[in-house]
Amino acid sequence: MVGITSYGAYVPLFRLSREAIAKGAKGEKAICNFDEDSITMAAAAAIDCLNGIDRNTVDGLYFASTTHPYKEKLGASTIAMAVDLKTDILTADFSHSLRAGTSAFNSALDAVKAGSAKKAMVTAADCRLAFPRSAFEPNFGDGAGALLIGDTDVVVSVEASYSVYNEIMDVWRHETDSFVRTWEDRFTLAHGYLQGVKEAISGLMKKFGYSPADFSKVVLYSPDGRRHVELAKSLGFDDKTQVQDPLFAVMGNTGAAFPLMLLVAALEEAKAGDRILLASYGDGSDAFVFQVTEQIEKIRNRRGMKGHLASKKVVTDYKDYLAWRGILPAEPRKETVVFLSAPAVWRERDANLRLRGVKCKACGTVQFPPQRVCTHCHAKDQFEPYRLSDKKAKVFTFAMDRITSPVLELPIVTTTIDFDGGGRMQCFMTDRDPEQVVCGLPVEMTFRKLQLKDGIQNYFWKSMPIRT
Amino acid sequence: MEGIRDRVAIVGMGCTQFGELWDKNHRDLLVDAAYEAFEDAGIEPKDIQMAWYGSRESGFTGAQLASALKLEYIPISRVENFCAGGTDTFRNACYGVASGVCDIALAIGAEKCKDHFGGFNMDILEPFDRSMTEWDGPPVNQFAQLATRYMYHYGWKYEDLKRIFAMIDVKNHHNGTMSPKAQFRREITVEQAMNAPIISYPLGLFDACGVSDGSAAAIVTTPEIAKSMRKDYILVKALALTNGGGQAVLQPEYDFIHFPEAVAAAQHAYKEAGITNPRQEIDCAEVHDCFAITELITYEDLGFSPRGKAAEDVEAGSFTLEGDLPVNTDGGLKCFGHPLSASGLRMIYEIYHQLQGKAGPRQLKKADVGLVHNIGGICGFFNCAVAIFGRPD
Repeated sequence: MVGITSYGAYVPLFRLSREAIAKGAKGEKAICNFDEDSITMAAAAAIDCLNGIDRNTVDGLYFASTTHPYKEKLGASTIAMAVDLKTDILTADFSHSLRAGTSAFNSALDAVKAGSAKKAMVTAADCRLAFPRSAFEPNFGDGAGALLIGDTDVVVSVEASYSVYNEIMDVWRHETDSFVRTWEDRFTLAHGYLQGVKEAISGLMKKFGYSPADFSKVVLYSPDGRRHVELAKSLGFDDKTQVQDPLFAVMGNTGAAFPLMLLVAALEEAKAGDRILLASYGDGSDAFVFQVTEQIEKIRNRRGMKGHLASKKVVTDYKDYLAWRGILPAEPRKETVVFLSAPAVWRERDANLRLRGVKCKACGTVQFPPQRVCTHCHAKDQFEPYRLSDKKAKVFTFAMDRITSPVLELPIVTTTIDFDGGGRMQCFMTDRDPEQVVCGLPVEMTFRKLQLKDGIQNYFWKSMPIRT
Repeated sequence: MEGIRDRVAIVGMGCTQFGELWDKNHRDLLVDAAYEAFEDAGIEPKDIQMAWYGSRESGFTGAQLASALKLEYIPISRVENFCAGGTDTFRNACYGVASGVCDIALAIGAEKCKDHFGGFNMDILEPFDRSMTEWDGPPVNQFAQLATRYMYHYGWKYEDLKRIFAMIDVKNHHNGTMSPKAQFRREITVEQAMNAPIISYPLGLFDACGVSDGSAAAIVTTPEIAKSMRKDYILVKALALTNGGGQAVLQPEYDFIHFPEAVAAAQHAYKEAGITNPRQEIDCAEVHDCFAITELITYEDLGFSPRGKAAEDVEAGSFTLEGDLPVNTDGGLKCFGHPLSASGLRMIYEIYHQLQGKAGPRQLKKADVGLVHNIGGICGFFNCAVAIFGRPD
């Protein structure tokens, strides 16, 4: 039996109060910090999904996003490094459509069914830009969802799937566009979303002989937090009892990641035996029928949607959001980064992306970054790799300054941290409240972007107060 | 192993105005500092047989110095050891003389920091490389991390430790008013220093030194030759240099309340100079007060104050001009300014004049033995130079 064997999610710490965008607007939307992008969020969701799972058993990673940081350059490989997966695995990026998340999921299912992979991970993330003050802007949220697909210990079996495509200009971005464009919503909703998803769900129910009463939960992509209700009703579902809340009040529409994240939210509430219908949307629709198994109780220890949504900091200044997204230009700092060397970025990849230090085989001292000669016993080349990204740490000391770049976050908190189990590291702290930073503060590691120069984006790890 | 004690003498020194010298380039500074030193020593540029040139931000290779001074095909090495570069440049010139390969050598440091935006080249590469995952900031947050931990370790209240920092700042500002070549020459109050904007918590504006343009130079020779040149030459008693190997960031045992590089350099220097009780035997010191926390910790690292007790000596006024061990009599980095590789030589310039009795309104009653201390870098990778000087009589 092939199906979902684990799930994970990531919602950024920060929420923008919709009141900050438009007076009287209700609720909040999740927004990624200035040092996050779809790659970092997808990595965070994947790591959440792999809690308690041997990372060496994963043999496929598919990354889905409409907001890939690169036009040409694989993102799945960067994420696989951050997640510290082995290198002889399937990797691919799925993009260009809001349906990319479920497209990747379909492909992962097929890979496992075909035997090309035993455990394939799909991780989807989006941080789409709407025109400032447009109708889309309050709706778009940032986040990521991840699913692990396998054929043993299946948590959610896949009973059926059905897809349709729909060629239409309803939401789009040309290569030259930064912001999502659309047409009059009466047209786009009627002939895009409503028609596309309806065709997929009714096609699936007809083909496999389901009726609305067969489902305990219907998980629908929702463009605006309202139309999915209209859609559910028209298909014969009870919107009061069967329809998954699309979380518009607290998160917003997270694009290609949205259906995966909503599925995770539904699974967090599901019990063994529940049958769930999922339908994505984007130039057509992918619909799936899932059945929850007893295994689900074994993977409850994830931060998931609930944990991430409960941990938040509300941004009330719209200008902060605009600056973080680069819509408001920041004053350029002189002589900060002259260039990023591709050979150096490549050479340091295990340290910088996997956050692997070394442990001395002679004396046991953990050291970061990796060394040739042990700082403690001076043994030469007697090291084994040692993953630090999954270790908790405590702040040994710190500074908070106003002259170190980047200027998007003042003060910059620089920390020296000591890992539980050994190892010390100096790194920035992110997602922090300057008032709460003290010596001894427990922190965890989070994968973030650092510098962008000449089209090279480097990524590294930062400390952050443990999200609770 | 023979040490450097009494084997090298300073016979001339020069120092430019320090500050924001927008209208001078680094060659102008080299000329001004060197010619003052030539005049002081009573020699001509052609008498220089070897030279060492310290710079970090301004000018690569010995040819820069040769072209500024028109030195004719003599060996010149460029020295770079971050903020310890000036004293290290001097150290190399002394070793040249002591080795017997030359009789008269020039040590000179110069920087045009203010040609860089914000006064400091932000693009610090060491000890990392071009993957640029380290923060590309000035070292202030490194020293601020020591201040944070010092506060935590000894249980200081923020306001109380800031007051100690402010007393150090006030002392250095007071001394700076009497230094005509200093960048900042005005008195400040404890309240001003405590309430100044934060640069890097917990360090404020007045807890940080100036970033400056400037140059300073020394002419060194053997004591035998020095005797024939002037009576008041100054003898080198010790030269020490240490470089951190990343221990502070690789080994969690490092406590962030002292500089192991400075402790080791001081021990080496005291041994070479035959000093057993630095607080009693040293009359004046120029220490690397890049930040107030650095000066505070340095009192302890150099053995001037017991570990953790430096603040008591600050409150007692021990390091003021009237105290028993005046420190940074010319205003220190704080007020004289800090053109990185010139600073060590500027400190030697002050000790040279104090020991000669030529320090003007800053002149100490007793100045027989003086110490210079420089430290620069980032945690784990500090480079520290300590030098000790005495009079021939």
